[in-house]
Amino acid sequence: MCVMAVPERIELLFWDGCPSHPEALALLEDVLEEQGVVTGVELHEVHSQAEADELQFPGSPTIRFDGRDVDPSGADGPPSLTCRIYRLPDGRVSPVPSRVQLEEALR
Amino acid sequence: MSLALGARAPDFELEGVDGREHSLNDYREAELLVLIQSCNHCPYVIAWEDRMIAVQDDYASRGVRLVAFNSNDFERYPHDSFEQMIIRARERGFTFDYLHDPEQTLAHALGSERTPEVFVFDRDRRLVYHGAIDDNRDDTEVAHHYLRDALDATLAGSAPGVGETPAVGCTVKWLS
Repeated sequence: MCVMAVPERIELLFWDGCPSHPEALALLEDVLEEQGVVTGVELHEVHSQAEADELQFPGSPTIRFDGRDVDPSGADGPPSLTCRIYRLPDGRVSPVPSRVQLEEALR
Repeated sequence: MSLALGARAPDFELEGVDGREHSLNDYREAELLVLIQSCNHCPYVIAWEDRMIAVQDDYASRGVRLVAFNSNDFERYPHDSFEQMIIRARERGFTFDYLHDPEQTLAHALGSERTPEVFVFDRDRRLVYHGAIDDNRDDTEVAHHYLRDALDATLAGSAPGVGETPAVGCTVKWLS
């Protein structure tokens, strides 16, 4: 049986130069609602490279549950004001994480 | 501000991943010329890349030439360097020219904002369509094939039903 670890803090970091964060937020909120997680999503806009460095922001969007990246494989990328690349379960590239990735990150 | 519909294609002289210089005049035999603001690192470009290749393959026999070009600041975005472009084109088997625009002159001349963003020019090299390749980065969810529709209409001698759509993708990474 999988036990869900309800995060106390959910962050969505984004850079406005990439258009994917509204889609990522909608997907995230949908998954949270589906899983019965009532923790609110904190939105952080990253404005500069210095801020990206400080936050270790590998690209937009970046979603963290209690500080853990929902996609650990991409979490260590160089901090950058760029669109982040995710891989869907079928191998295709996506600018947002997959629903499965978000669900798994909650477990 | 992007190039207006009906405006002439700007001239350019850019190096391609094939090591040759390419100008607008080099494509004078093409019935239609499709310039695509592109790059290596953007997930939206990667998501649409197969469709770019498919369009070139499907329309080559009808005289359509796709030409992708990358204008991103490669100092800040090393994945978009010319060397990485060569690798990308080889790995992905690009069937179209892929040009480097390091001074961003072509991007500025077209008024590009996003990657990918397409500009279709007719036989007289007048802009007839500008914007997105289609309406969904997920190729299984596409309902409107804007680029293909524009090519079909123009090849048939008509104006595309849809002349402009918003391009969805990463921003062009301008030189600071």
